[in-house]
Amino acid sequence: MIQYVWLIPVFPLMGFLINGLYGKRLPKNLVGTIGAGVIGLSFALTVAIFLEFLKLPAASRPVEIVVYNWIAAGKFSVPIGFLVDPLSLIMLLVVSGVSFLIHIYSVGYMHDDPGFPRFFTYLNLFVFFMLILVGANNFLMMFVGWEGVGLCSYLLIGYWYEKQSASDAGKKAFVVNRIGDFGFLLGMFLLFWTFGTLNFREVFALAGRYPVGSGIITAATLLLFVGATGKSAQIPLYTWLPDAMEGPTPVSALIHAATMVTAGVYMVARCSALYALAPFSLTVVATIGALTAIFAATMGMAQFDIKRVLAYSTVSQLGYMFLACGVGAFVAGIFHLMTHAFFKALLFLGAGSVSHAVSGELDMRRMGGLKDHIPITYRTFLIATLAIAGIFPFAGFFSKDEILFHALVDGNYFYWGIGTVAAFITAFYMFRAVYMVFFGESRVDPHVAHHVHESPPLMTVPLMILAFLSIVGGFVGFPIIEGGHKFKEFLSPSITPVGHGGHPPVSLEIGLMAFSMAVAAIGIYTAYKLYMLRPDLPGWLAEKFRVPYDLIYNKYYVDQIYDTIVVEPIKSGSTLLWTQVDDKVVDGAVNGSASTVAWLSAHLRRLETGFLQNYALAIVLGVTLVVGYLLG
Amino acid sequence: MQLPILSLLIFFPVLGIALLIFLPRKNHRLLKLTTLGIALVEFGLSLPLWFRFDSTTAAMQFMERYDWLPQYGISYILGLDGFSLLLVLLTTFLTPLCVLATWEDIQTRVKEFMICILALMSGMIGVFLALDLFLFYVFWEVMLIPMYLLIGVWGNPARRVYAAIKFFLYTMFGSLLMLVAILVLYFYHGKVTGVYTFDLLKLYGLNIPFNMQFWMFLAFGLAFAIKVPMFPFHTWLPDAHTEAPTVGSVILAAVLLKMGTYGFLRFNMPLFPEAAYYFVPLFSVLAVIGIVYGALVCIVQKDLKRLIAFSSVSHLGFVMLGLFTFNVQGIQGGVIQMINHGLSTGALFFIVGMIYERRHTRMIADFGGLSTPMPIYATIFMIVTLSSIGLPGLNGFVGEFLILLGTFKENKILATIAASGVIFAAVYMLWMFQRVMFGEVTNPKNKNLPDLSGREIFIFAPLLLFIVWIGVYPSTFLNKIEATTTNFVAKMEQAKATKVTLSQVFKGEAR
Repeated sequence: MIQYVWLIPVFPLMGFLINGLYGKRLPKNLVGTIGAGVIGLSFALTVAIFLEFLKLPAASRPVEIVVYNWIAAGKFSVPIGFLVDPLSLIMLLVVSGVSFLIHIYSVGYMHDDPGFPRFFTYLNLFVFFMLILVGANNFLMMFVGWEGVGLCSYLLIGYWYEKQSASDAGKKAFVVNRIGDFGFLLGMFLLFWTFGTLNFREVFALAGRYPVGSGIITAATLLLFVGATGKSAQIPLYTWLPDAMEGPTPVSALIHAATMVTAGVYMVARCSALYALAPFSLTVVATIGALTAIFAATMGMAQFDIKRVLAYSTVSQLGYMFLACGVGAFVAGIFHLMTHAFFKALLFLGAGSVSHAVSGELDMRRMGGLKDHIPITYRTFLIATLAIAGIFPFAGFFSKDEILFHALVDGNYFYWGIGTVAAFITAFYMFRAVYMVFFGESRVDPHVAHHVHESPPLMTVPLMILAFLSIVGGFVGFPIIEGGHKFKEFLSPSITPVGHGGHPPVSLEIGLMAFSMAVAAIGIYTAYKLYMLRPDLPGWLAEKFRVPYDLIYNKYYVDQIYDTIVVEPIKSGSTLLWTQVDDKVVDGAVNGSASTVAWLSAHLRRLETGFLQNYALAIVLGVTLVVGYLLG
Repeated sequence: MQLPILSLLIFFPVLGIALLIFLPRKNHRLLKLTTLGIALVEFGLSLPLWFRFDSTTAAMQFMERYDWLPQYGISYILGLDGFSLLLVLLTTFLTPLCVLATWEDIQTRVKEFMICILALMSGMIGVFLALDLFLFYVFWEVMLIPMYLLIGVWGNPARRVYAAIKFFLYTMFGSLLMLVAILVLYFYHGKVTGVYTFDLLKLYGLNIPFNMQFWMFLAFGLAFAIKVPMFPFHTWLPDAHTEAPTVGSVILAAVLLKMGTYGFLRFNMPLFPEAAYYFVPLFSVLAVIGIVYGALVCIVQKDLKRLIAFSSVSHLGFVMLGLFTFNVQGIQGGVIQMINHGLSTGALFFIVGMIYERRHTRMIADFGGLSTPMPIYATIFMIVTLSSIGLPGLNGFVGEFLILLGTFKENKILATIAASGVIFAAVYMLWMFQRVMFGEVTNPKNKNLPDLSGREIFIFAPLLLFIVWIGVYPSTFLNKIEATTTNFVAKMEQAKATKVTLSQVFKGEAR
């Protein structure tokens, strides 16, 4: 089976082609069935390959499958090839599995949209590129997926292209990602000219010969990380992700929460062998991750659009993952990536189901009291919220705790402290959302209120499956118990650990867990206090702390700052180049010389006899003079 | 005797012209169909080149050699290697599509127009095949005239004469210096060896002193740099492109510009290798300026054609940057990027032409929301846009990636600046696309625009095929040029190695 790994992305590609070329002529049900079915096939094949891989003896792991030689020039040669190892298998499972559920959900969610076939065409193409990204055995092919998912993100954010804000957001996402990709590209160049290959395993093996702290590897890892900050929405390139919420909600769930935005984390973990050699880069990764985690969390506190709350929460959680990688806990980073994929996809789909119930409303100020009207949505959303808040025994508890634990035992108190504060804020703003949406008095528009309804099974069943995963997903990484950490055991061959000595006492681990729980509980209680007991308090607080509140509410004015210092100067600079430099200076010189000639010829016209022979003679004379001079 | 296939390729269109002359001028359909047939036959004739091309050798293939004016050492020599193979095929591939695109566009002086197209085709193929400097120069100049007429007669009435004359004088100016340099080369060869010849392969063998190489490189280089066009010799291009009829713009962008880059590969670099090395910094910097400058100026363009014209300045900057790396990756990338630019930019001009036929405007502000009335057009436009901004999986990426990879080896700073052009490309193309295609239809004139006709889709189908093909499986094309490139790089390496001694010689002479 493993040799057919290339089929995993080919199925979605086929879906893309069929729906892209014929979707408009096919009945809707068939389009949906094809769209979701091809992803189901990918998932089934991934599971089969996963099971087969488990049976493989350690000696014959990992497996590389080369399909064909893609680009070759001189000694540069890069294939389309797949690397089947624990890390890629986990990613393939998560991507194809979550995608499958979201595709099914989308059949229900997008049912009345006139662009139904187009939606599935793009969505299939996205999964194709995402699977290429995580399945690749070399940097360049990963880059293909990397830019490809960026394209699909662009297309899907701007799916409702008639809306100016949607097409703006799509373009912003693409351009900001391109800035990141620019770093990735340069990183690849540096790696190739250093190691003579772009194959992951070859590069990592050769890198082993370099000393820790080597300048080249530090530079390469930093450049690659620039790519990660773009794709995974980290400081300073995170601004595109909140705007990306213009896309349909399943898109936000799939691309902007569960899969694409985690690509940066995957890439860093994939390159753990390189990062392990570059302590400085690790510090940068951890610092950016920690700062993003808390920075985005604070912005999440003051948002009223439910999807924007989730968007900032995603940015913040991605920060956690980078924090994990940065302190050398790559496994914890991937673990959190997986659990986050479950509960954040669930949160987004839940938000979709809520807005489906209230006729497309997204503003939480016009929701409230929905708990009993949409019970399945409510319960599943609550499960996901408990998971992200880090309550035992939900999935997020285990993964988040492992990250904080690693930060602490490695003596990175700063990162641990930030992570803990961010965890508090997360618990607060997530429960703020739950209370605003599901509890209290209904603030729903009266025209909408009478037909609030639960979503159809096509949408609720995926919610329930994801809720199940959000509950049990964490048990594969159960700490304390001997052998409880199956996830780590499985993943470790793909990861180069950054060592920390000794095993800390169990008491510390348990104590820390209790502490994290307490922090989360306080966060939840704060939300309860502010949004259930004293609903007048938030407004009062906002008044009282006007300046910090405005700052957070306006997202620290980062977009405006970028506009002023980057976008506008480029625009006016370009205008200047065009109207002044190009038209006046360069072309001016050309036309100037032309008019000089015209003036001269007006005076020299007496030489113009109109006889061809005279001209020919003049040319021959002139040429002879020049030739004679040069040879003489 | 072997069929003189190269001569056939050059002269079959001339036969076609002879045929057109006898057709009734009123019957546009017949004229266009005949030209289409001729172009298709020509394309068919060029296919054996592809299949019978021996990609293991760097030697000239399908050679033809006849004395022409033996008393002056002028001969008729044609030959083909990997570099010219792809360019000749690009020419024969695009011409039928161009003829198809004239179906509704060109309604006046159809006969003359078709004659111009065929003359242009013949001239362009001649330029790529000629291996005698004199012959080359003849084709080079011959080809100017039909292009001049295309712009001046069928162009946009308001400014076509200005644009045509600017195009002509600009190119002429460069060409004259090249003519002088060709003659110098001719006499020098005569002086050194006693044999007066324009035979390029013999001239390759010359050991030219550096001071002479220096001036000769500049003389040839100016002619080619104008054609490319390299910054700061590019200002003829936006005018020529904007005023030319659609087909003129397509041919201009897809093939004519490549004559400049091809000229560097075929003449400048191998004839004057030491000078070529000497000029690497200058030309690389100009190329990078072209990349960034062109891209920045693109951002603020209001006219679609002007925008694409400036994007050509940027893309050709990439090509030149690649060629001046003198390593395999850079040159392979540069050559494949010539083809990519031909396909993508050619397609972009078709795209603009089609919307111009419908709305008689090229201003971005006049459009908006076209995706709704024209979904097929939107899809094709999107794919071509992505190809132009170098999305992996489509053709543009392969070229840009190899060029930047090769450049990075030689100069990290230049590669980094050039790579920023990739970001700006996304900015200007996607912004343009957004303003034209997305949003609501605000102008009622755009409300009911007809989507692409079958004929129009048929023009794009082959272009899209190759856009994807080169992106997914570039080996088909890279393999054809590999031997030529490797040989070229090896020769240049040699020159680099001997550069020191030669400059010493030069110093000795100077003293």
